[in-house]
Amino acid sequence: MANATFRIWRGDASQSGFKDYTIEISEGMVVLDAVHKIQAEHANDMAVRWNCKAGKCGSCSAEINGSPRLMCMTRLNSLPLDQPVTVEPMHTFPHVKDLVTDVSWNYRVKLKLKKFQPRKPDAPDGTWRVQQADIDRVQEFRKCIECFLCQDVCHVLRDHHKHDEFIGPRFFVYSAAMEMNPLDTADRLGDLRDSCGIGYCNITKCCTKVCPEEIHITDNAIIPLKERVVDEYYDPLRRLFKMFK
Amino acid sequence: MAAEYPIHEYDVLVVGAGGAGLRAAIEAANSGAKTGVVTKSLLGKAHTVMAEGGMAAAMGNVDDRDNWKVHFADTMRGGQYLNNCRMAEVHAKEAPARVRELEAWGAVFDRTKDGKILQRNFGGHRYPRLAHVGDRTGLEMIRTLQDHAIHQGIEFHMENTILRLLTDGGRCVGAFAYDRERGRFRVFHAKAVILATGGIGRAFQVTSNSWEYTADGHALAYLAGAELLDMEFIQFHPTGMVWPPSVKGILVTEGVRGEGGVLRNKDGKRFMFDDIPDNYKSQTADTPEEGWRYTQGDKSARRPPELLTRDHVARCINREVKAGRGSPHGGVFLDIAWIKEKIPNSVEHIKKKLPSMYHQFKQLADIDITQVPMEVGPTTHYMMGGVAVEADSQMSTVPGLFAAGECGAGLHGANRLGGNSLSDLLVFGKRAGEFAAKFAKEKGAGTLPKDQVEDAARVALAPFERGAAGENPFTVQHDLQSLMQDLVGIVRQESEMQQALEKIQALKVRAAKAGITGNREYNTGWHTALDLDNLLTISEIVAKAAIERKESRGAQFRDDYPEKSTEWAKYNLRVTRNADGSPNVQKTPVVPVPDELKQVIEEQAK
Repeated sequence: MANATFRIWRGDASQSGFKDYTIEISEGMVVLDAVHKIQAEHANDMAVRWNCKAGKCGSCSAEINGSPRLMCMTRLNSLPLDQPVTVEPMHTFPHVKDLVTDVSWNYRVKLKLKKFQPRKPDAPDGTWRVQQADIDRVQEFRKCIECFLCQDVCHVLRDHHKHDEFIGPRFFVYSAAMEMNPLDTADRLGDLRDSCGIGYCNITKCCTKVCPEEIHITDNAIIPLKERVVDEYYDPLRRLFKMFK
Repeated sequence: MAAEYPIHEYDVLVVGAGGAGLRAAIEAANSGAKTGVVTKSLLGKAHTVMAEGGMAAAMGNVDDRDNWKVHFADTMRGGQYLNNCRMAEVHAKEAPARVRELEAWGAVFDRTKDGKILQRNFGGHRYPRLAHVGDRTGLEMIRTLQDHAIHQGIEFHMENTILRLLTDGGRCVGAFAYDRERGRFRVFHAKAVILATGGIGRAFQVTSNSWEYTADGHALAYLAGAELLDMEFIQFHPTGMVWPPSVKGILVTEGVRGEGGVLRNKDGKRFMFDDIPDNYKSQTADTPEEGWRYTQGDKSARRPPELLTRDHVARCINREVKAGRGSPHGGVFLDIAWIKEKIPNSVEHIKKKLPSMYHQFKQLADIDITQVPMEVGPTTHYMMGGVAVEADSQMSTVPGLFAAGECGAGLHGANRLGGNSLSDLLVFGKRAGEFAAKFAKEKGAGTLPKDQVEDAARVALAPFERGAAGENPFTVQHDLQSLMQDLVGIVRQESEMQQALEKIQALKVRAAKAGITGNREYNTGWHTALDLDNLLTISEIVAKAAIERKESRGAQFRDDYPEKSTEWAKYNLRVTRNADGSPNVQKTPVVPVPDELKQVIEEQAK
């Protein structure tokens, strides 16, 4: 049985800092297992969010050795254990306590976005006919587990604090899923250009790197949306045609 | 009291924001009720998110021989005829409409070649019936409901936990809660309350269930005077991961078997062919070849024995392991990689149909399921028992208190078919919302009981007074999980269950001394101590009901009563609370099946 040390961020707004815990570890453990052991044996009041422990609910987002990861999907044998493993809360959201942050901004943003508005069903039985090939890319976006790691890592939010002007990668994925949905009739391009701040994204792709569902956020969602915005508002030929319509 | 704690007024309060809770809230709000939702976790992260297989609905998109009658008969057979037949009828009839409605709200299901919603095979279903998206249908459902619900004027209270239901003259008039972030108490004054709190898996060591599954709704209802039903029937899903220890119990969807996955013991034998129950013989394949053809959509073929009902498959696996024919880490082998013998592009096919299984095994166990078999074993998965409800309205025996989803009882009888839970959530979530709103409109608000609020607050804060000298609540929960796993698990026996009852009493004494340090803010130790009471209350009831039912049927298997009994076939078990707080377990006759439905069952048995 080996030991490992975990340097966990403890405390709240009034006072916080790293605290070291050394515990016995075993084969196949993930970071969340270590946190649970510390919680049960050394720190009963440790604030940590988790639910499914299988990478499906997106609750246990944290920064492990500086990388935004899900704690339940980070195996200890993928980390250097000859030094302390640092476990911190997500930096981009207001800190609540220990490893828990206030992610409510994400819920407020979603509420402001135009919802799904399908066309009327057009098949004889009152439903729609949709081909699998036409929804493959939408289904990629709907794998999102709302872990908010992409939001956490995006410099526009993390470093430049543009929460009032930029909806973040998660919500570009959300918007793309509807814009590319063959049934949806709403037009979100104007909002994407203005209130959603898609122009702020300079495609550094940190979001794509951290997505636990391996959604190609930048290439499949953000860039196509940028192209649509540009086509609609910045294409000189299109503007010319519109003038003469 | 009014000055101390904030009071939130609602027509309908929904406890739980999984599939059933969200669907109920949407219906209540659309019926004109002022609706509030309380959820222990963050919105969109309830256990529903874990559901993989699909929603069972007799739409007939893949096999037009399917209709509500076949679905109804399948559900009743799976439940060993202990089901509430009216609930099974309503469920089979209304599921297709609920699935189509979900599509209209934005759910993006996999499609058939002619563009309809695709349906897959699953254990116990005669025809391919499960509408799905890859192997992440639960996520699709909850996200669709969440994204629709947020625009219906519903108020959400995230990371709030209900401590007690408030009653006035036997009627439920609201609930007492605390918010997890700051630990402050609040009162919900509601004309109707809907419990949608899920199951009880966290009472067991090996479970597929999320953290929040601590039997809250069951305990809240019981303490408020409601009748519980079928508490002995806990489903142990046959295929959970077994290695490494950190993933033990995590679900491996039945969908793997639906796509052609087979079960083998350490000798490479497909042991399921050795033991096909009589009442399923006519529906089960004779040869591996026929079984394979069934999974690939051949309508003339019958299902492979791997797709028999979960209770049976779990017991077969358990038997192989106990007999020493299991896999290295105490399970059996589930092999989908073998289909490379049948399909040229098997690797892409498996990754496309079962992406999250591929991902889960690769990430957590470093296994590539397209190349090698998985090790799987039984895991505590679903609670068939729960709050007894009236079939059409979902109201419990306490006026004003409703229950929907896993925390309700009756639809699934002694064993649930895969896929029937997701459609259960939609059908009965909608009904609970509809009838709760109606109740609220007709009855108006009740009077809040000041004494119950004061008492609940006092009891909730007690762990802080005991401090570091008290019992560690995590240790008590851990000990409960061990004892339930060993003594009230997949194979039961009178003496072991009696032992469990004694140990539970001892744990109750320890839990009453649980102590917590730190402050009230996001104190997970405190939350655990509070959830623990619910787990202990319900664990005792489960053991008592299991002892009472002296037969094996569906999900309950007893070594000392290994056969089905014609006498017990006539009864469900109901549980109510005695004045001294102890559980009163009574037989109650199974809901009588009207002639038209009897005829349906007989026709489908051919």
